Amino acid sequence: MCLGSQRALDSLSLGNLYISAMAKRPELLPGTLDLLILKTLTRAPLHGYGIALAIKQVSDDVLVVEEGSLYPALQRLLLKGWLKAEWKLSETNRRARYYTLTTAGRKQLGIELSTYELITSAIGRVLQKA
Amino acid sequence: MSSVLHLLRKLGFLFRRNQYSNELEEEMAHHRELAQRRLVSEGMTAEEARYAAQRQFGNSLRMKEQSRETVTFQLETAFQDLRYALRQLRNKPGFAATAILVLGLGICASVAIFAFVDAALLKPLPYPDPARLVEVTESIPMLPRADLSYLDYLDWKRLNTVFSSFDVYTGASNLLRTPTGTEMVSGEEVTAGFFRTLGVKLLMGHDFDPTADPKTAQRTVILSYASWKKRFGGRKDIVGQTITSGGGSDASDSGLQATSTIIGVLPQDFHFAFAGNAEFWSPLDVSMGCTLRRGCHNLRGVARLKEGVTVQSASAQMKTIAADLEKQYPDSNRGQGAVVASLSEVIARNVRNVLLVLLGGAGLLLLIACTNVSSLLLVRSEGRKREIAIRGALGASQTRLVGQFITESLVLVAAAAAAGIGLAYLSIQLLPRLIPPESLEEMPYLNGMGLNWRVLAFAAAVGLLAALLFTLTPVARVRWARLQEGLTEASRGSAGTTWRRLGANLVVLELGIAIVLLAGAGLLGRSLHRLLHVELGFQPDHLAMLEIAMPNRHMSDADNERLVALDRQLIARVSSLPGVVSVAASMQPPVTSNGNTAWIRFVGRPYNGEHNEVNQRDVSSEFFSTVKAKLLRGRYFSDAEDSSKPGVVIINQALARKYFPGEDPLGKKIGDLELSPKSLAEIIGVVDDIRESSLDTETWPTIYQPYNQSPDSYFSLLVRTSGDENSVLPEVVKAIHQINSGIATRNETTMLAAINNSPTAYIHRSSAWLVGGFAALALLLSVVGLYGVIAYSVNQRTREIGVRMALGAERMAVYKLILKEAGWLVLLGTALGLLCAVPAGSLMRNLLFGVRAWDLPTLLSVAAILAFSAMLASYLPARRAASVNPVDVLRAE
Repeated sequence: MCLGSQRALDSLSLGNLYISAMAKRPELLPGTLDLLILKTLTRAPLHGYGIALAIKQVSDDVLVVEEGSLYPALQRLLLKGWLKAEWKLSETNRRARYYTLTTAGRKQLGIELSTYELITSAIGRVLQKA
Repeated sequence: MSSVLHLLRKLGFLFRRNQYSNELEEEMAHHRELAQRRLVSEGMTAEEARYAAQRQFGNSLRMKEQSRETVTFQLETAFQDLRYALRQLRNKPGFAATAILVLGLGICASVAIFAFVDAALLKPLPYPDPARLVEVTESIPMLPRADLSYLDYLDWKRLNTVFSSFDVYTGASNLLRTPTGTEMVSGEEVTAGFFRTLGVKLLMGHDFDPTADPKTAQRTVILSYASWKKRFGGRKDIVGQTITSGGGSDASDSGLQATSTIIGVLPQDFHFAFAGNAEFWSPLDVSMGCTLRRGCHNLRGVARLKEGVTVQSASAQMKTIAADLEKQYPDSNRGQGAVVASLSEVIARNVRNVLLVLLGGAGLLLLIACTNVSSLLLVRSEGRKREIAIRGALGASQTRLVGQFITESLVLVAAAAAAGIGLAYLSIQLLPRLIPPESLEEMPYLNGMGLNWRVLAFAAAVGLLAALLFTLTPVARVRWARLQEGLTEASRGSAGTTWRRLGANLVVLELGIAIVLLAGAGLLGRSLHRLLHVELGFQPDHLAMLEIAMPNRHMSDADNERLVALDRQLIARVSSLPGVVSVAASMQPPVTSNGNTAWIRFVGRPYNGEHNEVNQRDVSSEFFSTVKAKLLRGRYFSDAEDSSKPGVVIINQALARKYFPGEDPLGKKIGDLELSPKSLAEIIGVVDDIRESSLDTETWPTIYQPYNQSPDSYFSLLVRTSGDENSVLPEVVKAIHQINSGIATRNETTMLAAINNSPTAYIHRSSAWLVGGFAALALLLSVVGLYGVIAYSVNQRTREIGVRMALGAERMAVYKLILKEAGWLVLLGTALGLLCAVPAGSLMRNLLFGVRAWDLPTLLSVAAILAFSAMLASYLPARRAASVNPVDVLRAE
């Protein structure tokens, strides 16, 4: 891992989620996308596009999801029982699948958050020293 | 729990594949539409927005694929892997054939043996609720399972509170007139509730009437299915017909005959191990003979435990009852205890140890086979390192590569399992035919043997374990070696050593297992040899024998005289046949079993009621000279010594040693417990112990009494011949039937054949041969494994050897180099094997006879055999190494 400068951080890809628009292959910190999805869904049930949009807006356009990659992630989370899906009418009056956080998902979010904090604080400490 | 849910969800997706796909499609389209709409609202043209939305979304096809891969079992991938695996096997037919054959043999051996274990140990009883069936017998210090007396049985039945029902049975042969002469038909006499206790429903007719008074009731009989088919052509109207038994051929014999009414037929699958192939089942005759005396033991009990009663508590209660009876009847019941044991355990007791040892042997063989195939796979994974590295570099994930390995090993194991189960099926059909029919009758549970679901489940479990092993070996191998290494040409050097080390370990393991199996086979072989050469106390060769039953039911003095006369006539007639040297009669031929005992008392010694239990045999005067026994003191009987003369008795050495230590037994008198005048007999001779017992047990003290003083209608005829003992048998049978066609003969055989086919010899022989077979295969496989490792090592070291030789190494030095490598492996394997062979031998000490588990000659010869074969196998690659031409090798660089 090379985290020496802001430039390097720019090309740091987080799942299929990337900062700016440059990353090539998904490699680093898998599960970060899951974390963002879970967190985003704590507020309200959303459909896929809604989730992508929320991540983009809340992060002030820093985190942009390669939107298609949301779907494999959503399937994985469904399979693990952390999300629930149901078909409802969307704002455009079309059928859309809305995802809701389950109790197990809420618990998982707690776990992932603490792990994430552990890692970022560790990275932070390293960066301050270096 | 969560993984189960996970699996269920996956299965849910599997069943709704199309719907799932459509929904995903719809969802994604909707997503793109919303994105496009938003971009338009931000000022893009519709066309631009569509492209941007698509770009933003990414490759929708790949995303769909990824989503599907997440939720499905990836059937397409599995099919791809399968096709690839099959192609791999086809490309290397030699490897595939070897691996499948080796593994198939291992699976065949273990599955076939497991089928026996299943039939004999897991489900030996074809009755409902078999766990509640127990055997109930008396026990005496010399015999843990001794027959019951009828009067004891009645008390036990009356006093116990642990059995819901309790019945007894005893063997009873019948003489039956048939169109071809008189035949001895085996049968059983049982108390009325016998079949109800077992839970057997009759095929037709009705069961015995439990309320009938056995003393006055009309005689009835229930037929076995086989008897009904064979003797009565399976007639539907058989119930109510009568049969006449008792034999006899002329009017003077008619008083001996008895008529019984057939009341039922047993179902085809009925069997009872202790009854052999009994055809006629009739109510126990309680009106005469043995059943009237408490001290006469001729019955065995079978009972059904009440719900919730354990074998232990039943046993405890029966022991208490037996102890009470002992106080009540001190004369007859002294030392008579009681034993209750699970019926299925008792039935399989003889074969239990053998089967467990065989299962262990088969398991070891399977282990060797698996190890061998594993090392084959290792060699192959070595060869495929480049391929795997390339696949990895092209983006195959670790999971995908492992999936490929799993598929390949599953294909391999499936092929081997199919071959193995097929072979096992054949073996299961063939093996019981190698069992002598007499032994097979005592193992009726083997009839139901086959590839039932338990055996197939066992085969599947074995296959899965093997598949797991074969998956893990190459996976572990690939993980150890860095993938990229495979791409560089460096694979020749270091990676080769890794494999050599692992392969060498596997070979040491194989050699060790082979030693264990060889030692087991050696010990069993030596036991068999010892057993068949045990001191018999007589000469078994040139001795023909057959069983004879004369028509007789009463036991009057006139009858006895008639029997003696008939017997004399018979012996004289058979003796005059050409090729016959001498002829004798005996109640029970030697080398059958201890038992048929009498309680004796010594005249002139104080007596305090103890039971001096000794074998009792009635023999004709020519018996000892016919079997060629060794007379130690005194004389044999004379033909004139019949009931009109004073009683005489000959004792064996064991009796003299036990009851007359330091005393001359000749001239001493013995009698029954009351010393009744009729029973008194003078000891006139001492013979060296004739083996009355089975081969592996010591003969008890035995008394021999003249047949002429207590004749019986049933006895064995022993015929000493000058030539081939087999060829006189038909003549003997013919001569007997000429005297009286009402005499039945059966089981015509020779003493040697009888000894060879006796259950003891049979059990030892079958285990020795089968374990020997396993050991031979194990030796072959392990030596081939060793060859593989050494040959591979020579291959790897060709360059090194070439250099050495170019630098002046002698051919001998090259031999030494290679053979030293092999020698180390053999030494380690042998040491490991010998270390394990002794405990393994101790585990099967029940099957050893006259040999200890640490029998040094066996262990040494086993080690020598292995060392010799192993060095032979490594000589071939060593010779190839020594014939390397250094010039060629260096040029090839």
